[in-house]
Amino acid sequence: MHWLSTFPHLNDDFLRMLKKSIDSGFRDFTRAYGDPIESFFSPLQYFLIHSERFLTNTPWPIILLLIAAIAWLGSRDWKVVLSTVATLVVIGLFDMWDDTMKTISMIFVSTVLSVVIGIPIGIAMSRSDRLRNAINPVLDVMQTMPSFVYLIPVVMLLGIGKVPGLIAVVVYAIPPVIRLTDLGIRLVDKDVLEAADAYGSSSWQKLKNVQMPLALPTIMAGINQTIMMALAMVVIAAMIGVEGLGQPVLKAIANQYFTLGVFNGLAIVGIAIIFDRVSQAFGRRLQKHREIIHG
Amino acid sequence: MAEAGASIEIKSLYKIFGSDAAHYVKLVKEGMGKAELNQRHGRVLGLKDINISMPAGGIQVVMGLSGSGKSTLIRHINRLIDPTAGEVLVDGTDVVKMNEGELRAFRRSRTAMVFQRFALLPHRTVLGNTVYGLEVRGMPRAQQNEAATRWIERVGLKGFADRYPNQLSGGMQQRVGLARALATDAPILLMDEAFSALDPLIRTDMQSILLELQKEIRKTVVFITHDLDEALRLGDRIAILRDGEIIQQGTGQDIVLKPANGYIAKFVQEVNRGRVLLVSSVMSPAGRGGESDPASGPAIAETATLEEALQQMTQAGARAARVTDAKDRPVGRLTMDAVVSAMVTPVESDVAGG
Ligand SMILES: Nc1ncnc2c1ncn2[C@@H]1O[C@H](COP(=O)(O)OP(=O)(O)O)[C@@H](O)[C@H]1O
Ligand SMILES: [Mg+2]
Repeated sequence: MHWLSTFPHLNDDFLRMLKKSIDSGFRDFTRAYGDPIESFFSPLQYFLIHSERFLTNTPWPIILLLIAAIAWLGSRDWKVVLSTVATLVVIGLFDMWDDTMKTISMIFVSTVLSVVIGIPIGIAMSRSDRLRNAINPVLDVMQTMPSFVYLIPVVMLLGIGKVPGLIAVVVYAIPPVIRLTDLGIRLVDKDVLEAADAYGSSSWQKLKNVQMPLALPTIMAGINQTIMMALAMVVIAAMIGVEGLGQPVLKAIANQYFTLGVFNGLAIVGIAIIFDRVSQAFGRRLQKHREIIHG
Repeated sequence: MAEAGASIEIKSLYKIFGSDAAHYVKLVKEGMGKAELNQRHGRVLGLKDINISMPAGGIQVVMGLSGSGKSTLIRHINRLIDPTAGEVLVDGTDVVKMNEGELRAFRRSRTAMVFQRFALLPHRTVLGNTVYGLEVRGMPRAQQNEAATRWIERVGLKGFADRYPNQLSGGMQQRVGLARALATDAPILLMDEAFSALDPLIRTDMQSILLELQKEIRKTVVFITHDLDEALRLGDRIAILRDGEIIQQGTGQDIVLKPANGYIAKFVQEVNRGRVLLVSSVMSPAGRGGESDPASGPAIAETATLEEALQQMTQAGARAARVTDAKDRPVGRLTMDAVVSAMVTPVESDVAGG
């Protein structure tokens, strides 16, 4: 009755061989192509370093003003701007300014990358049901796979550092932009689309004049979610060398520094709230012209 | 400068919704009806053997109840819907045979459309919406704005150019829809129940605006409606659609005076005949009948309605009148009896069974 108490699994040797051969195959691949792949991603490295350098090397009052200005442009709401500034001031007072800037830089770059890659994929999906059915399961896997797992191949390929961290963050955070771009375009009012056709719009003109503008609020909601997911990934990405607020948190776990962990954790929460409020207020402003005032 | 209308000729047009439509056209041509096609084969008969000839510069109304195929028909003219069989000739060119590029060019320059639910771009201002057709064509910005601004004023929206559609009432939004269509100066204006979503008073306003503009622009207007009063007011010619088939076409006078069957007669019953029928449809033409004294009675224009004629005759205390054309030449005689009997709706048995 042995086979009832433990599930009859494949031969131990076979499984060991399987894992070993996949791993060694991947390692060979890495050895052969690691360098070209690394140079392929070098523009990202450049982008990351410059964005981080800008945020950490510029005098803090200028950065503070800049972020306040962005918050104002996005939300047009003094309350949002004030709480943004207050949050950053508190973060600075508790000596977390540099780490926070590094994290903001990382989030900024990974959001830009997610948008640049995700929106075209979402547009393509909205045009073909076939493509949509092919991509959706991949997105499901990307979102449910424990994020630690895909750190492994990324690290094997690119080692430890900013770029592998960025890739891990983007893989984890990109699905909402893709999904909501697809959804937003599919939800565009058929009447308006028909009008665009009736006036002889090309498909590019329809995309530019009708589909993207009308889908924009939905896409913004996707970008908002992407930012939040990228922030959630910051601590995990710290394990493969991404600098910023994640590093002290890891240190705090390893050494049981409770207060250090809480401070940095709260700083992450603080910037999450800033990003969230500003991007949501921006999304709402985009919606303004769609509310029905007259019947 | 403005481009006057183009002629439209629709020949043996069929539309069947659903896959493998070409096969079912044969069955329909052999006489299968809408209900049978749907029950036996699950296909929807949209249009059946449509033949309409629309001369350039006139208003052609297509009237029918909801689901009769009006929207389907009008969408064949700019081929938003592809036919299953048939031809749509615009100034002699078959729209059905155009390739994608030709069709886009055709839509950009030859047709403009006004929609029942306005279909404006919510994120663009009145001006931004009005320039749309010109923008798509690639006209320089300054020229777009100039043309659009002119039409915004013509439809009575001066001062509203910077508003967004959601800041306007339904009637004003449809004026934007009209301005957008007219700004393109396309010879064909397609209006799918353009005024149906509006309140009655505003609707009559919009009808007046359209008639007023049409005197000047002389486009070929195809106007869809489910309302006979609207059809009679606007249409130079009217086609009546039922279950995808045209059951009568002619002038409004033809349809009111000689409804082709009981179905149409029932609609016509509700019409205020005194305000619709014209003297010219009821008079006895000059040179026939040998009236005793053609010079007696007041002079009434042949384009007057019966109600107006009755007023004038009552005022003059006459039982008969002379009918004159636009140049005051006598064209016929009108008697009080003829007016009264034309104004009374015929009893149903007179027309039923047709
Ligand atoms: N895409 C479609 N697929 C199937 N049936 C359709 C489609 N479009 C219209 N129909 C059917 O064709 C008929 C005519 O529709 P329509 O032209 O919209 O009528 P109307 O504009 O006169 O109300 C209706 O029976 C409708 O259900
Ligand atoms: Mg309709």
